[in-house]
Amino acid sequence: MILVVDMNWKQDSLAYYEFVSPIISVILTLRDCEVKHYLEIKPADLSDCSKIILSGTSLKDQATLKQTEKFQWIRTFDKPLLGICAGMQTIGLVFGESLKRCLQVGMAEVKTLKENPLFQGKFNAYGLHNYSVASSKTFEILAESTKCIQAIKHKQRSIYGVLFHPEVRNPEILKQFIRIEK
Amino acid sequence: MKLGVLFSGGKDSTLALHLAAEKEEVTCLITLVSKNPESYMFHTPNIKITSLQANALGLPLVSVETEGRKEEELVDLERSISDAKSKFNLEGIVTGAVESVYQASRVQRICNRLNLWSFNPLWKRDQRKLLETIVEKKFRVIISGVFAYPLDEKWLGKQIDTEIVERLVELQGQYSISPSGEGGEIETTVLDAPLFKKRIEVAESNIDWQGNCGLFRIKQARLVPK
Repeated sequence: MILVVDMNWKQDSLAYYEFVSPIISVILTLRDCEVKHYLEIKPADLSDCSKIILSGTSLKDQATLKQTEKFQWIRTFDKPLLGICAGMQTIGLVFGESLKRCLQVGMAEVKTLKENPLFQGKFNAYGLHNYSVASSKTFEILAESTKCIQAIKHKQRSIYGVLFHPEVRNPEILKQFIRIEK
Repeated sequence: MKLGVLFSGGKDSTLALHLAAEKEEVTCLITLVSKNPESYMFHTPNIKITSLQANALGLPLVSVETEGRKEEELVDLERSISDAKSKFNLEGIVTGAVESVYQASRVQRICNRLNLWSFNPLWKRDQRKLLETIVEKKFRVIISGVFAYPLDEKWLGKQIDTEIVERLVELQGQYSISPSGEGGEIETTVLDAPLFKKRIEVAESNIDWQGNCGLFRIKQARLVPK
């Protein structure tokens, strides 16, 4: 079972339909999933799932970026994890990276920098973000746009972040993550 | 959170309004009346009926005319959202965008400039399920414009019900038509919905058919008790 973490500023928010429901639709073509809001994650949720996807949020929503103490479980989580947009930014902050201002709304070209199991080459993707990860010691940079880092992977672990929203125009990338074994 | 809904009077913006009203406080509707029937951003058939729909919903309507020229109409949209924000202390905007990155991202940028939240509660929703939701929730929606073969004038004025949904889905298989009209194949007008305090009765209408597209034009309509 895949756990989708709702990263929106409150439980049962209007933004759920936009940032969580489309991810669920893609997952359900391949696997079962369960959704929990980030404020209600318990140790049993982490042990019961096979992997985790952190959703994105509205452009104005920076709640998770101010509550990184709620995500310390990521530091010891040993299964595949993918953070989308605010999910990637939160992962970066948890591992001590800093964010840099980078506004993007709409489609942009993403260029792969390092071979990885999620995507390859150049592709267009939908972005909706105010920040990206500035640079990284803990993560490999997998992809970039002309403006900023677009995808990262932890150097030792199966922890991924994508700044763009694969559920909008690149569902195959989400499916590739779902297919990853380790 | 006080929200304004970008409202065209069609099924998508009306369903988005209903979903928003379940979670937050909808305080006004915002309509752009485009003089250009081929507007890139705004639904045009029967747009003037939005004032009757706003009455039926008991919500104030901010209605602004636009020439409907590509990109210029966005200046008018930003002005109307900014006016509505000041007048109703709005904190966010709701749209009925389903698939269009063009529409959604332009509204997102305007909201970002105006320091407003932007919500798209129908985003990426399965189109068949969207139509089925409208039927299940007892929305009364008529087809007010058809713009793609093999849709003909017999579709105009038809109420979207289970049978129409099935036929639209069949046409998706045969002709790659988007069943909910995401490619501009159909336009709709809502005559009744759960939040309407009164329903709209069409008193006079005509069908305007040209070449392979046409409109169901509502000439006169009134509110009647439900």
